Amino acid sequence: MNADKLVVTASPHVRSADSTPRIMWHVVGSLVPVILAAAWFFGVSALLQVATAVLVSLLTERTTGKGGAIADGSATITGILLGLSLPAGFPLWMTALGAAFAIVFGKQVWGGLGQNAFNPALVGRAFLQGAFPVAITTWPSAGGGFFTLRGDLFALPFARPQPYAETSATPLGLLKFEGEGTPLGNLVIGNTGGSLGETAALVILAGGIYLAWRGYLNWRIPVSVIATVAAVSAVVRLLDASAPDPWFMVFSGGLMLGAVYMATDIVTAPITNAGRWIFGAGIGILVVVIRLWGGLAEGVMYAILFMNALTPFINRATQPRVFGTRLRTAT
Amino acid sequence: MTGFRTVLRTGFRHGVHPAEEKGLTSHLPIRRMPYPAELILPLRQHAGKPAKLCVKVGDIVERGDKIAEADGYMSVPIHASAAGTVVGVELWPHPDGSMAEAVRIEVAQYAPHVPRPRLVPHWEGLTAEQVVKAVQEAGVVGLGGAAFPTHVKLAPPKEFPVHTLIINGAECEPYLTSDHRTMVEYPERVHFGVRVMMHAIGVRRCVIGVERNKPDAIEALRRTMPTDLDVTILPLTVKYPQGAEKMLIHAVTGVEVASGKLPVTAGVVVQNVGSVAAIAEVFETGLPLVERIVTISGHGLRKPANLIVPVGARLRDVLAFCDGVTPDAAEVIVGGPMMGLAQANLDAPVVKGTSGVVVLEKSETRSAKVYPCVHCGKCVDACPVFLNPSLLGDLARVQQYEKMAALHLADCMLCGSCAYVCPSNIPLAQLFQASKVALRRATAAVA
Repeated sequence: MNADKLVVTASPHVRSADSTPRIMWHVVGSLVPVILAAAWFFGVSALLQVATAVLVSLLTERTTGKGGAIADGSATITGILLGLSLPAGFPLWMTALGAAFAIVFGKQVWGGLGQNAFNPALVGRAFLQGAFPVAITTWPSAGGGFFTLRGDLFALPFARPQPYAETSATPLGLLKFEGEGTPLGNLVIGNTGGSLGETAALVILAGGIYLAWRGYLNWRIPVSVIATVAAVSAVVRLLDASAPDPWFMVFSGGLMLGAVYMATDIVTAPITNAGRWIFGAGIGILVVVIRLWGGLAEGVMYAILFMNALTPFINRATQPRVFGTRLRTAT
Repeated sequence: MTGFRTVLRTGFRHGVHPAEEKGLTSHLPIRRMPYPAELILPLRQHAGKPAKLCVKVGDIVERGDKIAEADGYMSVPIHASAAGTVVGVELWPHPDGSMAEAVRIEVAQYAPHVPRPRLVPHWEGLTAEQVVKAVQEAGVVGLGGAAFPTHVKLAPPKEFPVHTLIINGAECEPYLTSDHRTMVEYPERVHFGVRVMMHAIGVRRCVIGVERNKPDAIEALRRTMPTDLDVTILPLTVKYPQGAEKMLIHAVTGVEVASGKLPVTAGVVVQNVGSVAAIAEVFETGLPLVERIVTISGHGLRKPANLIVPVGARLRDVLAFCDGVTPDAAEVIVGGPMMGLAQANLDAPVVKGTSGVVVLEKSETRSAKVYPCVHCGKCVDACPVFLNPSLLGDLARVQQYEKMAALHLADCMLCGSCAYVCPSNIPLAQLFQASKVALRRATAAVA
């Protein structure tokens, strides 16, 4: 039949240059400066954390996923984000366990790429938070020599962890449990205690702006999250002068990393623009509520996971009105 | 239906911006392709019922002779596009991918040009009904691609008063420039066709929509504007699919044609600018529609061109006239790259609805690698009729066709914007077309 050796594809015969792996690898690329910033503050320990998380994520993807699935870059993102959400001195065997958990229970059991309801990196971190609550809230101080190993990186699995000296509380922890503030300048630059990716707000923001400019990240979500956190905490501060000011709320903790890189995970965020605004606002409100009135110092992780659960409902409620119809259609 | 916002609204929401690639041919004057040795004339070249054969093998035909009759109102006749001999009536590859009954004509190479009476009457003095009849007899169909019989649109049902005739000069498909060149080179013919159409429909107002990337066409149409007709040239936003009927109507009138309804319910009739020029031509020359302007383009082609091609010329002959394809050529598309059909056999002919032939290189074709939907929402932001292609695609995969119907699958016009932007390379338009077919079968089975 096809004597002319012609390629026959269905229309449209051309497509935009953006592909799923390309988007994923751009996200990975934009995270490199964040990793470098973490290394600047926490030295080689930061690199070891991220490397362990990525390596185990890829290995897990390799053994549980379909052939070639690691090439799509999504497991690499999960690994990096998990690594960045951990303290520098977190024992590496725990990191490895968390990464494996993230891939298996955060993604593969749902059916692989695109099917999961919850952000895999946050699923991994939530597991670690539950399993190792002390280790995950032991933050080494920023600073010190590059090759100084922080904390108890090479603790043997299930060994009693060695307490270590050079620790500090996070700005949010200081505020919540000690009633102590942190200068805004330190927060913005990242020169504070905290998880690896909690500390470099400006670098994260720059990465997010780059991705949004390329069209690989929907700017509505981070804008909505950050604006909501600022607005709600401004209102709270009006009512109660002892509450932290909006600038502190925006630049402390994991908000930047969460708003820019985790809430925007295309798989687990709403698909409509109206839904994205709602989703971001929901995260913002939950973050403020957890931080100010909850039992935890930081609430970004649970806020995002909770809104992930609502994504299908948000999608259903915000379906666009079909051209030529007056009423909104229901799913 | 009077509140026009013609100046404010010159676009529509959503849509995509594929690489235009029109520069390959937009500057090239229309040339005439000589007759090939053989012409293939399928009996089905239009939407509606195929024409009824009225010649037999061995018959000698002149250019313009009817070889197949219109079969009812939703049909048009087919005419011989060159003098010659009928050498076959057989199943032949059709550019739509099927095998269809076609008349094969061996072209007489040295046919003397004998003066003949007009086959199409002069239009002066004809009533609206007579014009409509003449247009049908001349075999004119929409030349934009869908090949809907033009005369049907010229006689809209009486219960819907038409206030505006809209001429579609958007030509939003990449590569294609045949409408562009028509407007640049034959603006008077376009205006003449508009005059005939306005008379036939009985409408006072006409808007010609042209995308802003064709300033020379806009200028030519404005320069030759008739003084006694209410014709407006409306520059439109450059975006795909600006030339889709409902998008164009929205751009011109600000009105959304109701879901599932025909444009005439919004008081407008839309005609492609190529069809307008074709109507003008048949009344000028007295010859039925036997040739059309086709853009032959693409990076896989040696010498892109805008050609007047006799209907029935085989793709192989047309490409050969353009010095053939390059060694890297891989895919031949009839129509534009967004909605056109890839060809498996170059023996298929150019038919009345063939607006372009595009040859893509291997590197430009779609890869077979498909990733799962990551729900990025790019398709939702692209769909010009505001569907949720991501959700529809998920449903199509599990064959939930009734659910898709409830989500307005019928409003999908298969423009391909969703599949164009999909980073996971999911063939959404193909899935939706298959779903539409499956739904139609299910409905037919019930009925």
